[in-house]
Amino acid sequence: MATDKQVSLFDPSIMRRAVGDSFGKLHPRLLAKNPVMFVVGVGSVLTTALLIRDLVARSPEHAPLWFTSAVTVWLWFTVLFANFAEAVAEGRGKAQAASLRKMRQESTARRLIGGREESVPASQLRKGDEVVVEAGQLIPGDGEVIEGIASVDESAITGESAPVIRESGGDRSSVTGGTKVLSDRIVVRIGADPGQSFLDRMIALVEGASRQKTPNEIALHILLVGLTLVFLFACVTLVPLALYSEIKLSATVIVALLVCLIPTTIGGLLSAIGIAGMDRLLRKNVIAMSGRAVEAAGDVDVLLLDKTGTITLGNRMATELIPVEGVTLEELADSAQLASLADETPEGRSIVVLVKERHKLRGRNLHDLGAQFIPFSAHTRMSGCDLGARQIRKGAVEAVIAHVERHGGQVPVQIRRDADTIAAAGATPLAVSDGARILGIIELKDVVKSGIQERFARFRAMGIRTVMITGDNPRTAQAIAKEAGVDDFLAEATPEAKMRLIKDEQQKGKLVAMTGDGTNDAPALAQADVGVAMNSGTQAAKEAGNMVDLDSNPTKLLEVVEVGKQLLMTRGSLTTFSIANDVAKYFAILPAMFMGAFPDIAPLNVMHLASPFSAILSAVIFNALIIILLIPLALRGVKYRPLGAAHLLRRSLLVYGVGGVVAPFVGIKLIDLCLVAVGAV
Amino acid sequence: MKSSILVALRMTVVTLVLTGLVYPLVTTGLAQALFRERANGSLITDGKGHVVGSELIGQAFAAPYYFWSRPSSAGEKGYDATASSGSNLGTTSKKLRDRVAADSARLHKENPGAMGAVPNDLLAASGSGLDPHISPEAARWQIPRVARARGVAGERVALLVDAAVEPRELGILGDARVNVLLLNVALDRQFGAQR
Amino acid sequence: MTANGWLQILVFFALVVAVTAPLGAYMFRVFEGRHQPLPRLLGPVERALYRLGGVDRTREQTWVEYTVALLVFSAAGVLVTYVLQRLQHVLPLNPQQLGAVEPTLAFNTAVSFGTNTNWQSYAGESTMSYLTQMAALAWHNFTSAAAGMGVALAVARGLTRRPGPDGAKTLGNFWVDLTRAIVYVLLPLSLVFALVLVSQGVLQNFAAYREVTTLEGAKQLLAMGPVASQEAIKELGTNGGGFFNANSAHPFENPTPFTNLIEMLLIFAIPAGLTFTYGRMARDQKQGWAIFAAMSALFFAGVAACYWAEAHGHNMEGKEQRFGIAASALFATVTTDASCGAVNAMHDSFTPLGGLVPLVNIALGEVIFGGVGAGLYGVLIFVVLTVFIAGLMVGRTPEYLGKKIEQREMKLAMLYILIFPLIILGLSAWASVVPYGVSSLNNGGPHGLSEILYAYTSGTGNNGSAFGGINANTRFWNTTLAVAMLFGRFFMMIPVLAIAGSMLNKKTVPPGPGTFPTNGVLFTALLLGVIVIVGALTFFPALSLGPVVEHFVAHGGKVY
Repeated sequence: MATDKQVSLFDPSIMRRAVGDSFGKLHPRLLAKNPVMFVVGVGSVLTTALLIRDLVARSPEHAPLWFTSAVTVWLWFTVLFANFAEAVAEGRGKAQAASLRKMRQESTARRLIGGREESVPASQLRKGDEVVVEAGQLIPGDGEVIEGIASVDESAITGESAPVIRESGGDRSSVTGGTKVLSDRIVVRIGADPGQSFLDRMIALVEGASRQKTPNEIALHILLVGLTLVFLFACVTLVPLALYSEIKLSATVIVALLVCLIPTTIGGLLSAIGIAGMDRLLRKNVIAMSGRAVEAAGDVDVLLLDKTGTITLGNRMATELIPVEGVTLEELADSAQLASLADETPEGRSIVVLVKERHKLRGRNLHDLGAQFIPFSAHTRMSGCDLGARQIRKGAVEAVIAHVERHGGQVPVQIRRDADTIAAAGATPLAVSDGARILGIIELKDVVKSGIQERFARFRAMGIRTVMITGDNPRTAQAIAKEAGVDDFLAEATPEAKMRLIKDEQQKGKLVAMTGDGTNDAPALAQADVGVAMNSGTQAAKEAGNMVDLDSNPTKLLEVVEVGKQLLMTRGSLTTFSIANDVAKYFAILPAMFMGAFPDIAPLNVMHLASPFSAILSAVIFNALIIILLIPLALRGVKYRPLGAAHLLRRSLLVYGVGGVVAPFVGIKLIDLCLVAVGAV
Repeated sequence: MKSSILVALRMTVVTLVLTGLVYPLVTTGLAQALFRERANGSLITDGKGHVVGSELIGQAFAAPYYFWSRPSSAGEKGYDATASSGSNLGTTSKKLRDRVAADSARLHKENPGAMGAVPNDLLAASGSGLDPHISPEAARWQIPRVARARGVAGERVALLVDAAVEPRELGILGDARVNVLLLNVALDRQFGAQR
Repeated sequence: MTANGWLQILVFFALVVAVTAPLGAYMFRVFEGRHQPLPRLLGPVERALYRLGGVDRTREQTWVEYTVALLVFSAAGVLVTYVLQRLQHVLPLNPQQLGAVEPTLAFNTAVSFGTNTNWQSYAGESTMSYLTQMAALAWHNFTSAAAGMGVALAVARGLTRRPGPDGAKTLGNFWVDLTRAIVYVLLPLSLVFALVLVSQGVLQNFAAYREVTTLEGAKQLLAMGPVASQEAIKELGTNGGGFFNANSAHPFENPTPFTNLIEMLLIFAIPAGLTFTYGRMARDQKQGWAIFAAMSALFFAGVAACYWAEAHGHNMEGKEQRFGIAASALFATVTTDASCGAVNAMHDSFTPLGGLVPLVNIALGEVIFGGVGAGLYGVLIFVVLTVFIAGLMVGRTPEYLGKKIEQREMKLAMLYILIFPLIILGLSAWASVVPYGVSSLNNGGPHGLSEILYAYTSGTGNNGSAFGGINANTRFWNTTLAVAMLFGRFFMMIPVLAIAGSMLNKKTVPPGPGTFPTNGVLFTALLLGVIVIVGALTFFPALSLGPVVEHFVAHGGKVY
């Protein structure tokens, strides 16, 4: 399962690579992608130049050598730390993705060309190639079954050990590279060129190369660049303004002030946050096709949820036995069991289970009883068994009534009434008969997954509306909707109706998320703002959606939304923290800058920092260290709680706003004390 | 574009006529009809009917038998009603500190009988340089000098000062104050002009 | 500080609160209603203006058309004002026979009034003829204020209008907004309050300056003129350009504590009322009150600090006795909160911290009620920023009034935010190191730097008040300040209107429990935080070299 693939937050091998990458990312072209860190980089170069000047020609007018060196070193650290954060995030994402695609690179494929088979490495398969896979072999690439049927072990991808059936045509034709065929033989048409599979695309997204900034990331970047420019003005103009008071500010000090003020914390962590968001999705076995989709997930207003598999367990289950008058419950239970013993459908099995649990009737073997199993047919709409002369049947109420009447039996009026009551409650009634006698009714119910109601309540608190999509009739749908606690439902849903619903919601300005797996879901998946395709679904569905869930678990949509929200919250919180930090930095640096000319301003040095130089250096060091300290937060994301917006905001403000103001006062003071303690200042 | 420029030009003329000419002219007409005396400067006359100034505009007084106004930065010599201005000197201004020190010394010298320190406002130039008022304390502080110069008892002058004190408007607004010109006119009326 | 001082402040604020809703509702009817109020009385005037101006009032404009109309009209206004000043010696209503105004001064003044700044490099009584005061300056008091209201309305429409199926494209008609602002709001109120002012002693005549013989026998020449008509609109339109050099400290402009109260109230009336109008446009009155509350909190913080500093220093230098310290500190706070710039005391002579308050008020972006219109659209930019930062923290991409805030809006908002420090700090830095800058200063030491900072902050913020000791009537100062005022007005208006244009077409998502509420206490607090932090972070370094250092130096007893 997803949790099995956890990579520890600071995996040593990832760390090692990341350290190397941090230096690689110093390349100006790469650095320029992040304007905030680029400014720090330029500042570092500048102070380095000053340091070299001072080394060559000392002048008493200049700041002490140790100070310039220390500031220079820590400015470089600031850039490196930011690079490191990004590299770690990338490394983790890559490790995650690599573990998924490892096996398939080594496999060979049996490509069909004009009916002939030839052996080629899996990595050379192109879109449209057809390959043969037989029992025991790995499927060499993502694609679609075009011939045959096979059971496939997809545990490598999903962690689910039970094999699944994949067959040509229909909605179960899609196969994933790296999974293993357990039985039979299939022909697969490869769906993507090398490097273009979903996994490849995901890997590219977490690596730097093809990663594009998401809309909100760009907007946030604009804010950060704007703030950087504001501080650039403020710092550069400070030189002449100070000159008015005959204070000569050294470039080192100005660069230090600038770097401390510009939002390096969020600037340095922003791309790591984005990558980590995708990575978190991947850990949940969801592949996002773009960062934009992850972001949109946080914004979703409406969730369209398929009833089956998402809200209910997926199969109707027997929940109640209702005998007609004159029949004991035991008699009904006995017959119901006999009628279902050989029935391998989930409904049939659930009847056996119910009878066993409620009435302590152990399962019997039909062979031992000498009974003959009568399978379900669309024609009779019944199944059961013949036990000697006894004809035991269960099936649709009308079919059983007809069967009984044919045998000259009496139909009690109660039976129809009970059946209607059950249907009205959203369940399905099955009648049971023994020969010409109707014994009673089995209630089959869609069982709502446990805990789903609380989950929907949480979504409601977040302001997300849930809509259940079902093919059931409105009456049934309404009953289930009520039990599950969804806000709305779409009954007797056709693909067209689904599409219309999405468009209507979008017209109102809302963002819609949905899951789907069938080919006829594809247009709706494409239309939805967040379309999560099941990995077990058709190729068309996967192409249309912007996420693929490898576990094919429709409930995952809820987690996807949470990851999206967490991503946005992490950005907002760290931005707030970063800006709030500046207050303390001002109180550290500005008095230090002007104390020489105006000793009277000593009271402004509220932190009582040891000396002007140690004050500035402490602020610079704090500014660099905070990036490292916040990397785990950036990678993990801030803790998400399903609360209303106002509540969330109050919390975040307290932690990141007020905390952001207070933390640097403490941090800078501590660093200053350390510097004094080690005798550096 | 062309039409919008035309509209802009036409609206410029129309609004200018309405708000720049019609409005002030109408206001003037109404003001002259309703509040003629106020609209024309709140001028006051002495006992002989000569206009001696505006009730609202402070004057410089140097003679010992008159109450003195606050320092003024309006014009070269102060109280130039065509050159309203404050000193615009700040707390750390040496000029201001020197001026206050000099004024304080001078006032003490010229008010030998005055009690206590020089009231604040007598050492501070007003914002307009035309402040017609001083604080009641500043007026009382000057009573001994004025009484001696006029050869009358301090109590009699004090009675005039008390009558001249204008309280806060509605009991709340502004500060209590004494109109120097009105007080001096009242002095002259009561005790005769000195000139 | 005295209890009575605080009572004055509270009485004033109570009056502001009292007028906010009725005036706001009235303005909503004027600008957004189907039927304007007082149809018999003012309807004909409105229609006459349309007819004479060639305005088609049924045709709404896109944001670009709206902006072009505003810019062309403003340019024409600046030009006319320049020409009137240059030709005043040959035009009527010039009893003192004042000469033509010097070119850079005329340019500075034309820009100053065209931008609603009303910075005064000149002394009114010795420079401007009555015609110039009325037709060039008071006229601009009306039009620049009305234009500001128009921009605010356009922005409010951009944020609050819900697009139809094809999307809304227009946000009102500049000429209609301008005309209605003048005819229904500015003109009637000005007329009434001008007469109230006259009844208290404010001049209103066309007489030549009156010479009187003082009690001591000296000659005193009393300046005259149509003061009250200009005074009323100067406050009401948050213009602030005084008839006289001493502005509202002059007894002929502001003769009594009562007129002082009236003038302060006129300054805050429209900006406060517009928050209510805005709430009504947003169909949620609380949206307006949330903004009002943030403004009020900043107002109280400012007035408390200023009053404390001045009272603590017993500082009467530059203050009028009739107002006293409390009403002077209050006026200074009000006039700089609101981009008015009228003064009833000389800010230059305030204590360092007392003077810091007006400076900070302006530097925060003139959003504490702010200029007529300018305050509302300025604060809405901060609202957008606040929503952006805070919105992320609730796990959604930010939205305001159901409309998403995206790249384009952020870009424009940052442009708006950037102009301010760029102009203020850039020009201040220049002026502080060149002889032609520093030679105009009236004070030495850090206070001199404060004068420079105040001048450019006031100019860029379109406030117009000054640390008045600075002699800004030089070519350098007149020109650079004019540039500051132009950028501060139009380079900030254009992004604002562009934001309005881009927000206009966005779909509106109805608010739910997951949307960040912008109408509560929490939002007010956040908005406050963002305004203060953005302003403080931007200007703290520069300010620390001026008033802050001066405060500590003054404590040390040092003089310059």
